[in-house]
Amino acid sequence: MDVRSRNHVRVTGRTGGPIVMLAHGFGCDQNMWRLVVPLLEPDFTVVLFDHVGAGNSDLASWSERRYSTVDGYAEDVLEICHELALGPVTFVGHSVSAMMGVVAATQEPGAFSGLLLLAPSPCFIDDPVSGYRGGFSAADIEELLESLDSNYLGWSRAMAPVITGNPERPELGEELTNSFCRTDPDIARVFARVTFLSDNRESLAHVRVPTLVAQCSRDAIAPPEVGAFVQARIPGSSLITLNATGHCPQLAAPEETAAAIAAFAGAGL
Amino acid sequence: MCRTDGNGKSGGSPPDSQPGDEQAMFSALLEDSAEDLYEHAPCGYLSTTLDGRIAKINRTLLDWLGYESSDLVGRRDFSDLLTVGGRLYHETHFGPLLRMQGTISGIALELKTADGDRLPVLVTSIIRTGSDGQPLLIRTTVFDARDRRTYEAELLRARQESDRERERLKRLNATLQKTLLPPTLVDVPGLDVAAYYHVASADEVGGDFYDLFPLASGTWGFFLGDVCGKGAAAAAVTSLARYTLRAAAVYDPDPAAVLANLNTVLNHEYNGQDPRFCTVIFGLLTPDGDEGGFQVTLASGGHPPALLMRSDGHADYLPTPGGQLIGVLPDADIATTSVRLDPGDTLFLHTDGLTEAHSVGADGRYGDEALLEFAQELAPTTARDTVAAIRDLLDTFGTGVDDDTAVLAFNVPRHSSEEQM
Repeated sequence: MDVRSRNHVRVTGRTGGPIVMLAHGFGCDQNMWRLVVPLLEPDFTVVLFDHVGAGNSDLASWSERRYSTVDGYAEDVLEICHELALGPVTFVGHSVSAMMGVVAATQEPGAFSGLLLLAPSPCFIDDPVSGYRGGFSAADIEELLESLDSNYLGWSRAMAPVITGNPERPELGEELTNSFCRTDPDIARVFARVTFLSDNRESLAHVRVPTLVAQCSRDAIAPPEVGAFVQARIPGSSLITLNATGHCPQLAAPEETAAAIAAFAGAGL
Repeated sequence: MCRTDGNGKSGGSPPDSQPGDEQAMFSALLEDSAEDLYEHAPCGYLSTTLDGRIAKINRTLLDWLGYESSDLVGRRDFSDLLTVGGRLYHETHFGPLLRMQGTISGIALELKTADGDRLPVLVTSIIRTGSDGQPLLIRTTVFDARDRRTYEAELLRARQESDRERERLKRLNATLQKTLLPPTLVDVPGLDVAAYYHVASADEVGGDFYDLFPLASGTWGFFLGDVCGKGAAAAAVTSLARYTLRAAAVYDPDPAAVLANLNTVLNHEYNGQDPRFCTVIFGLLTPDGDEGGFQVTLASGGHPPALLMRSDGHADYLPTPGGQLIGVLPDADIATTSVRLDPGDTLFLHTDGLTEAHSVGADGRYGDEALLEFAQELAPTTARDTVAAIRDLLDTFGTGVDDDTAVLAFNVPRHSSEEQM
């Protein structure tokens, strides 16, 4: 399976423009960027992809071994960069993907002209020893995993095939499946663990590419002190706080988000 | 159901009442119920601004939660009512999907009541848009899902239980299968041997079997067969066939006599219900001459013929016509043949799981013709290369292989001087 099909890579926008690579977080797929992409297309080459296990990626390429750490996903990001061979990209990583960008950039700084970390959190779980506050306890995360289980059982339309258990009749699942953000429940469970149980605080200090941390107002998942922590740890990085509320500014405030991306990615023009 | 306004209108009036009065009363009841219908609906109603701040909430939901309107309206977000795990789910799944689709339904969440209890609910939301299509606010209905959640938990438990049982069955089958095959093939001096067993379904034990074992000095016996049927009953026959063949070969190694003994044993075993039949090839290998080479004597009871791939690249079936299924008749006809394997020759035995595999061949099966062509392409070859090529071939069939497949290959290695040519 080639990298483009594996990650359902799409390249759009202005050929020859500065390159912006948009990476979606846990819970959805590249559709997350659909309101932002049209705003960037006139000026930028926009690279979109689905993480393996999400959206239209190749599910057969998923293995628990590769994708149970942020590193496996970071490798995919680098492989996409190599495959497209477009030169250094401005990587925009939302939520857990921000940390994939951090890991990838520490491994191969030359692949990136900049990192825009959108609503990032290097560690969701509080660490009383160091005084770090990620906002959640281990029990909270277990509760999320239960939430996933109960919704994947079928009351959420996302996971109808699981409860019908009827692979011979895929139309049952097709009919009931959301048109966006499709995920396989087993994969989602592993991705949830990667997202919410990883601790990438150590990697931050090794980032050597220009970095902008963009956090949201009133984000229940990545509170302001987490954004400040990320900015303090990454040498030479800056921090902005968007007016957008919630954890998904690319949906809640696409114009503001696109403007922030454009200002950062176009800074060298 | 939330919608109750249609019921009264379609119900009609009892025959002995005053139609006019009844209807007027009904209308009056319905007309002044708009507010009441919202506040005391049998489900919770909630409206929030786009960022989730609660703007309006009905009495039913307030009562479920134990709050007053003033506690929540303008002060709290919808996600504040959720458990922490639910809030994470809301932020990562529910919210994004709602934004993208404009609606989302039947999401299982838990609400936290004022006194700390949890209320399992099913939530459906839509985004209300203005005349210009701009999103204005989010409307949400909330259904009490305590009963359903109990049922759902039971369903999940049953599913996990069945997943565990299936795993257990797979392990059991794999173990049983292993006991029916030799753990390793014995070493026959001057002969390369390779075998492979392809399991078609992890849920059932297949009925294929093979073995290679030493007999009186300088002779080796081998067999490869296929018991009719699958599962535990077939496994029992497989086990019986295997041990009978080993014992019969010691008693009288003549291949036809060995199969005749097996036929008698299986025929006696038949109780009129479960089938006790198999197809099988039994053979003897005897080193022949100083140049390297083996004399092979074969007997077949209804089994697909062996394939001979010569050192000169020629390949053909080694026919054993007329051999009958073992175990059906008191006296089965058994076909015999013999052949000499010279250096570079390869003898290949298989069960029909290979040729019966669903493929693009004639009548949708791979077929004997295709296998012969495959062998002709392959020859000259070695035992190991033959088995490797067959494994690759089986891989290309994927799920088209619906029966277990066993293969066994013998090859007399070429002399080292020939290899260098």
